[in-house]
Amino acid sequence: MSGYEARFRVWRGDEQGGGLRDFTVEVNEGEVVLDIVHRLQATQAPDLAVRWNCKAGKCGSCSAEINGRPRLMCMTRMSVFDRAETVTITPLRAFPVIRDLVTDVSFNYEKARGIPAFVPPAELAPGEYRMFQEDVDRSQEFRKCIECFLCQDTCHVVRDHEENKRAFAGPRFLMRVAELDMHPLDAAERSGLDRKRTAQEEHGLGYCNITKCCTEVCPEGIRITDNALIPLKERAVDRKYDPLVWLGSKIRRRPS
Amino acid sequence: MRAPGRAAITVAHLRTDRWWLAPAGTAAGLLAFVVYSTWRAFANADYYASPYVSPFYSPCLAHNCQSMRGGPNADLFGSWWGISPAIIILVFPLGFRLTCYYYRKAYYRGFWASPPACAVAEPHRKYSGETRFPLILQNLHRYFFYAALLVAGVLTYDTALTFRDAHHAWGHMGLGTLVFLANIALIWAYTLSCHSCRHIVGGHLKHFSRHPVRYRAWRLVGRLNARHMQLAWASLLGVALADLYVFLLASGVFDDPRFF
Repeated sequence: MSGYEARFRVWRGDEQGGGLRDFTVEVNEGEVVLDIVHRLQATQAPDLAVRWNCKAGKCGSCSAEINGRPRLMCMTRMSVFDRAETVTITPLRAFPVIRDLVTDVSFNYEKARGIPAFVPPAELAPGEYRMFQEDVDRSQEFRKCIECFLCQDTCHVVRDHEENKRAFAGPRFLMRVAELDMHPLDAAERSGLDRKRTAQEEHGLGYCNITKCCTEVCPEGIRITDNALIPLKERAVDRKYDPLVWLGSKIRRRPS
Repeated sequence: MRAPGRAAITVAHLRTDRWWLAPAGTAAGLLAFVVYSTWRAFANADYYASPYVSPFYSPCLAHNCQSMRGGPNADLFGSWWGISPAIIILVFPLGFRLTCYYYRKAYYRGFWASPPACAVAEPHRKYSGETRFPLILQNLHRYFFYAALLVAGVLTYDTALTFRDAHHAWGHMGLGTLVFLANIALIWAYTLSCHSCRHIVGGHLKHFSRHPVRYRAWRLVGRLNARHMQLAWASLLGVALADLYVFLLASGVFDDPRFF
């Protein structure tokens, strides 16, 4: 496959305003969208702002929207587009823009601070933790998260309703709650911290209407909805809406 | 989407693919089933052709039910129930599917456009999700799951009855038997692949290593659960086809081909 000239529309501007600008850029075999953005910087728009780091889909820095879909620029091959197609690149639309393709994602860090950390079991010293693989499989899936925040960007709860940002932590951080609630050694409950209650009352679990966009855009292929959000909703049901489970917990012979 | 500080982009989306196809197809499919099942549920006719009883009318719990020898009849509601007896029982599978996590995604996207597709702006000014009445009732899914297990049990009994002939003698089989076997297999697969089932059998545990049997059950249901969407559609189609088959037999369109 030989190189060709491709048409791009790239959003340029800042919080004061901006718009889509047209460019024609050379594309070569095997390149990804981030390569094209770098060539654009090198040849036509040296002041184009873009956040990137690893170019390997592991740092989560180069999140953007390509043809309207939240994606990592470094993991989007140019070969998926038709050569005659105009490729549109915009910043993440759920967060405030700083400049060009760079957004202010501090909302996510504020939400991260709101999730209480792992509570170590009192009877075990560091180095004495022993866990079976089947007990940590679920949490390990969630630990694959690279914090690109594409799930946060695509979630309509905050994307389409800025006012919900106060009450809703978003899929990434509800997944964090699920990860800790499923962690075999997390002693939160013994210390009086009910993660299921906080998921519902402090992090807005009820806002999620499980339309699975977070799962669709996750570059790590984490089944966020099926393995984190729905199980967390079911755990909230255990706690609040199911008297049979409540009764079972009172006569349970073995710890879960 | 147009909150202060965000990139100044006025259009609702910049997607170039046919994002509308999936929600439109979903809405059309669900609408077709709703129209068909509403007609059949209220028809109160042509739902029994010995030995087959339509899954829409089973169990039949009112005095006005057609007599089904050895079938799922029980006159629990007496003669005061004047309308179609299907309504009594359909509440449970309907509630199970309405509150199902897959169908919620399907109709929130297909009918309510909340959102219509990923990264496509929804048309609503306010959004409170499932935090308030009536959508907080989605949390009742687990109870409908328990009821759906009972209904699936009755439909299994109905399927066993299809090994009779039209005169109620055992040891026979017709094309309808195969239709009912396919239907009940899909009903069970859909019911057991439910997210609530996955949670109940083991998902709520913190230590799988202490509960090896439940862990195996959880993994098995998890494998089914990964196909929940496909099973939801297949079982919806299966139950409609089983009902249609009984309707065609009962209304005399054709006779059931008998194998033995």
